[in-house]
Amino acid sequence: MTQFSVPWKQSPPLEYRGPARGIVALARMVYTMATPIVSRFPGPILLGAIVGGTLLVWAHWMLFGWVETIAASDVNGAAQSVWGQTLTTAEIGAYLDSHSIVASGILKYLLWPLQLELLRDLVGLGAIFGLFNLIPVYAIWWERKVAGRIQSRMGPMRVGGWHGWAQSFADGVKLVGKEDLVPEQADAMLFRVAPYLAFVPSLLAFLCLPLGSYWVFRNVDVALIFIIAMVGVEVVGVIVAGWASNNKWSVYGAMREACQMVSYEIPMTTVLLIPIMTAGTLNMVQIGDMQTGGWFSWNAFHNPFTFIAFITYYIASLANCKRAPFDLPESESELVAGFHTEYSGFRWALFFFAEYAAMFVVSALAVTLFLGAWHTPIPATWAFEEDSIVKIFLNGVLFSSPFWFIFKCFIFIYIQLWIRWTLPRIRIDQVLYSCVQVMFPIACVALVGHAVWMVLLDGTVVSDIIRWILGLLTAAVTFGFLSVAAFGYRNGRQMVGYLAVKQLPGA
Amino acid sequence: MTLRLKKILLLMTPLAIALSFATAPVQAADTDLSLSDQGIQTSADGGLLEALMFYACAGVTLACGFAICLSKNIVRMAVYLFGTLAAVALMYFLLLANFIGVIQLIVYAGGTLILLIFGVMLTSKSPWAKFEVKRSELIAAGIVCALFAGMLLFVVVNAEWPLETDAVVVGSSMTQFGTGLLTDYLVPFEAISVLLLVVMIGAAYMARQE
Repeated sequence: MTQFSVPWKQSPPLEYRGPARGIVALARMVYTMATPIVSRFPGPILLGAIVGGTLLVWAHWMLFGWVETIAASDVNGAAQSVWGQTLTTAEIGAYLDSHSIVASGILKYLLWPLQLELLRDLVGLGAIFGLFNLIPVYAIWWERKVAGRIQSRMGPMRVGGWHGWAQSFADGVKLVGKEDLVPEQADAMLFRVAPYLAFVPSLLAFLCLPLGSYWVFRNVDVALIFIIAMVGVEVVGVIVAGWASNNKWSVYGAMREACQMVSYEIPMTTVLLIPIMTAGTLNMVQIGDMQTGGWFSWNAFHNPFTFIAFITYYIASLANCKRAPFDLPESESELVAGFHTEYSGFRWALFFFAEYAAMFVVSALAVTLFLGAWHTPIPATWAFEEDSIVKIFLNGVLFSSPFWFIFKCFIFIYIQLWIRWTLPRIRIDQVLYSCVQVMFPIACVALVGHAVWMVLLDGTVVSDIIRWILGLLTAAVTFGFLSVAAFGYRNGRQMVGYLAVKQLPGA
Repeated sequence: MTLRLKKILLLMTPLAIALSFATAPVQAADTDLSLSDQGIQTSADGGLLEALMFYACAGVTLACGFAICLSKNIVRMAVYLFGTLAAVALMYFLLLANFIGVIQLIVYAGGTLILLIFGVMLTSKSPWAKFEVKRSELIAAGIVCALFAGMLLFVVVNAEWPLETDAVVVGSSMTQFGTGLLTDYLVPFEAISVLLLVVMIGAAYMARQE
């Protein structure tokens, strides 16, 4: 540690003691070892991570599937219990031997615990918690990169080597180390509780979020309204935080959040009735499974009203997770960050985790309900016959996969970032006007129109023609946008003209 | 005009409630609307976890309820109320009444509670809204509570508590629920929505600036 020479008396820097010392040493070691490798080979490592993740997911699924097959072929045929007494290691070994699988002696001991429901739940919870933590960490890093590029700068570049990939982790370490401040005049108890009231519901929303037909922790029949409820309950934390801070700006932020949330929930929920009517269920897995037929069978292109519903939902969802242009509760430039002005350290980080997780959740709702969930634009009927491992793998990658789901969600998160850094914030009266007098009537018209369409035109030729036109139109817009973006990326310096600097500082 | 509107609104409220009670079918007991979904199995040997979860939920509900009574800060009361509502919703989930549980969360925790805190924020004069109880109010509340507790005790002691039901779990409870609302229970359902309409007209009337 460098001691700076200053004229006043300095206390020695705090030393980590006990287990914390070991953890810090380990983190430092991993960082110093990983940085040169990551900055040398960023591309292969990214590719390797994707392939490795796919393989891990696949292996885990195969092992669970195996155990289920063994349990199904069991003579007793008993259902698995929570504590799992149905299968012995001898039975598993016999099954493995009869299928001539190598290393059955060790495998049977490895497979035995997988039949315990409790263990499965723990694995699932671990996966959800990991996903819940990784998504905000990378969304925050990405937001800073996108903001930088839009403002013609580089964004984080230093931590971790390749494009500052470890910036969010470094920020996390910094935030955990910060002092946990509670203002003297604040309501200390509520001030401490509020971040958890925002954090826990957005974590709970992930419990029912399906990443694929079988990739869901709890396949609940009311999953959709459960997720909406969780996104709605998250606001309680924000309001309580603003109130407990005992700060004018914070209370303003909390009040704006309250009236914005309560009003935008109405058009959002009304519009969500439309895909529910199409699917006839509230089960997210079933809604996703209904859209297997490729691009043109996605719910958004079902008829003009579902298309309107999709766009209305997306705008309402921006207001619902307080993103720009509806980021009045935390408007940095006028309310000094609104409801979390007084927060610092870990509690502040909890608010950010909640916000970015909510962004993912509302994008996931848009993807599941309107844009084909985890399916690719290719119809599932074109899938290969699964006679070899390669074809099974290709089917998984090309036709339905959790990675496609996350990819689509991140496209919508990207649009949220893009809107935030290009559009100005609107006034509170404009927010409420656009909700009550624009969005809500549109939502009602779409709902009634969709109901009439379902009765009169569903399954006719007109319906198919409209679906094809809408699908082709969206495809054309998407491709047009992508080609403009690619052209801009290639000729960026020339397009900006004499304002462009050949080498940005820090590049 | 205003008087007539008030009279109409006042008349329609009890009418709607009475209509919804009067037209509800008598055989309501045989269609159990709040049963399981496909995902959760009712395992007999999961009793220990279930019992633990039940006592945890009940404990949180009771603790938060007492905290509401003992606290004097209105916003804190609202947060304790949130604890009570969430724990009761969890209890519904434990009983496999998923839909009721979710509706409890979305309507009470996500809607009513937010409006409550919002109202306190808009109306309170001091930064920490205190809630002082007069002695006469305490006595009146005590009498009502004693009567209510007596009634509850009477019911608890005298009612039969079957530990097993013959209800068969078929498919999703949501389908039964929706079908029930739009067939057997259509008139009470519509009457309740008339009640909501009355409330909305009343609120819009009161909020209007003359």
